Amino acid sequence: MLEITSLQARVEGKAILKGIDLTVRPGEVHAIMGPNGSGKSTLAGVLAGREEYEVTGGAVRYLAQDLLELAPEERARAGLLLAFQYPVEIPGVSNVYFLKAALNALRKHRGEGELDAVEFLALVRGQLKTVQMDESFLRRSVNEGFSGGEKKRNEILQMALLEPRLAILDETDSGLDIDALKIVADGVNGLRSPERSFLVITHYQRLLDYIVPDFVHVLMNGRIVRSGGRELALELEEKGYGWLEAEVTVGA
Amino acid sequence: MTTSTQTIEQLAGKEYQYGFVTDIEQETVPPGLSEEVIRLISAKKQEPEFMLEWRLKAYRHWLSMTTPEWANVHYPPIDYQNIVYYAAPKSKADGPKSLDEVDPELLRTYEKLGIPLQERAALAGVAVDAVFDSVSVATTFKDKLGAMGIIFCSFSEAVREHPELVRKYLGSVVPTGDNFYAALNSAVFTDGSFVYVPKGVRCPMELSTYFRINAKNSGQFERTLIIAEAGSYVSYLEGCTAPMRDENQLHAAVVELIAHDDATIKYSTVQNWYPGDKEGKGGIYNFVTKRGRCEGRNSKISWTQVETGSAITWKYPGCILKGDNSVGEFYSVALTNNYQQADTGTKMIHIGKNTKSTIVSKGISAGHGQNTYRGAVKILSGADGARNYSQCDSLLIGEDCGAHTFPYIDVQNPTARMEHEASTSKIGEDQIFYCNQRGIATEDAVSMIVNGFCKEVFRELPMEFAVEAQKLLEVSLEGSVG
Ligand SMILES: Nc1ncnc2c1ncn2[C@@H]1O[C@H](COP(=O)(O)OP(=O)(O)OP(=O)(O)O)[C@@H](O)[C@H]1O
Ligand SMILES: [Mg+2]
Repeated sequence: MLEITSLQARVEGKAILKGIDLTVRPGEVHAIMGPNGSGKSTLAGVLAGREEYEVTGGAVRYLAQDLLELAPEERARAGLLLAFQYPVEIPGVSNVYFLKAALNALRKHRGEGELDAVEFLALVRGQLKTVQMDESFLRRSVNEGFSGGEKKRNEILQMALLEPRLAILDETDSGLDIDALKIVADGVNGLRSPERSFLVITHYQRLLDYIVPDFVHVLMNGRIVRSGGRELALELEEKGYGWLEAEVTVGA
Repeated sequence: MTTSTQTIEQLAGKEYQYGFVTDIEQETVPPGLSEEVIRLISAKKQEPEFMLEWRLKAYRHWLSMTTPEWANVHYPPIDYQNIVYYAAPKSKADGPKSLDEVDPELLRTYEKLGIPLQERAALAGVAVDAVFDSVSVATTFKDKLGAMGIIFCSFSEAVREHPELVRKYLGSVVPTGDNFYAALNSAVFTDGSFVYVPKGVRCPMELSTYFRINAKNSGQFERTLIIAEAGSYVSYLEGCTAPMRDENQLHAAVVELIAHDDATIKYSTVQNWYPGDKEGKGGIYNFVTKRGRCEGRNSKISWTQVETGSAITWKYPGCILKGDNSVGEFYSVALTNNYQQADTGTKMIHIGKNTKSTIVSKGISAGHGQNTYRGAVKILSGADGARNYSQCDSLLIGEDCGAHTFPYIDVQNPTARMEHEASTSKIGEDQIFYCNQRGIATEDAVSMIVNGFCKEVFRELPMEFAVEAQKLLEVSLEGSVG
């Protein structure tokens, strides 16, 4: 599904990713944890094709393609979805219009017919229920005036609608109350399938109680310094990141 | 009034009494403007005497005026003696013979806008003999309107058939000497539209010039007059989304609206004259004077404009709120791309009590475009309880364009309530990336964001027009984001 080898990237001339290796096979859920500023969002951004990140080395294969060669919208159409840490507001553009445009862009790419307003509405209404958003969110402008938690749920709504092959969730759990956290987790679990993979960036082991990962990786200072099973998350919860830092320095 | 009963024949008989020396049969007059040329225009159009006097008065006033310099637009001086002020409806022989001879760029634009095939030729100025559906449709409409007492005709026809109405209202909102271009228009205008809606009648359909322009080119100095009697309603659509071929660089139109007690006039414009090429060469200068007078109590005049064409736009549709409780509205989208310049806005003059005005202006600048909002709100001393709400938003696309806002406020009554909001934003990289990340291509993302920005204005447009306007913005912005 996804194969990252010695990926390096910088932003504004500053090296942020310093050699990332990571393989995600179909159906797997990988969690990425790590201190603030360690490069988690940068990794997500590079995978999604954000322009300000300059890839300076390494390679990324995604579904037998060179991911880094693709434009951001081509990556999206190839089934890569990034749930943003900070979802963007688009004033005046209704959420329903945006969602429909997104879905139809994907459908068109796949050679499927575009959905008209009526068909789309029927589809999205069902999805709204799973994220427990009411219909007023369809009429409102994209993310404008949404609370932090509502924005995150809107990201999950998009994920449910667009059915990605690889979903990257960048701190989708941050700022959520416990009920919303469950909603987000249910959204992800509902989509888990042997063909679909997830990269879940989080600071909290709690999320991983709901979304049980196959692997946990720790990203520090632009490198994955440790990988393990879900028990690694528990260990981090207990000890913090300091001990890893010490290990890394010792190892270096 | 004697003029009101004058027949065409009588008027025609007077032609020579002013001592014309120019051959009345000739199709065009030589370039240049003089009293003689004006007499000739008036005679050719078989106008009643009052019209000629009115034109001459305007002309004399114009001679004493100078071009306005205050607008934030730049262009080389215009040689007014080098313009042909009267040409009989062009024989189609001058235009392209077939679509093969038409600029392919223009044809692609028609295609993108979804203009029906048979209309593309006419818009591009190709000689076509086929009668359009739209023309015959228009004739059918006209019969229906006539039965309700609504007059909807060309200005020339109105001068001939309804001189009493023309005489009463022409220049009553925009006086001949109002400004340089209005004076020029008053002196030399050749045609335009006339609408009269009788008391208590609600016009059952949108009146559109689109039909009429397909049939006949009304020239560079257009004149429009709309009168809504007490308790009536009319919605008027001007222009069309297809860029029209036109050899005249200068356009100076005048539009006057009059709304009596409880009457409503809704005037919507989509202006898409040729904007010039990507380097800024060519393009129409559009210097328009539009004004409405809310004469009666509870009357309402609403201007909605979508301005995407022309090299230079100079235009301030305004309302004189004379009747108590009258309402003036201005909703505008002005887009400048490449080297286009627009200086546009509105003027709301509150005279009556409890008058209310709303201004929503959305300026979009891309490429090297320069977009200026210039608006004046004046509350006179008698306008107790007047209210104004103004909102001016600018959207910038790219690094080389500009947005400027000049709101002028003059309040002479302490009970007035004024609200003003303004914002300038750039289309964010992060907004575009967010759309990209959902599979939406950059061009589609830009038009989506721009349409969102313009939403408050578009929703004031009649439905079909709004859809066309959205498409138009899309086409006008093509290539503006890398
Ligand atoms: N556009 C940018 N300009 C300058 N520095 C940037 C930019 N984007 C990221 N950085 C820097 O790169 C580093 C990594 O940022 P990143 O957002 O990837 O961290 P993160 O691991 O996601 O942190 P958090 O847990 O706080 O979300 C930080 O030091 C950040 O300041
Ligand atoms: Mg982050």
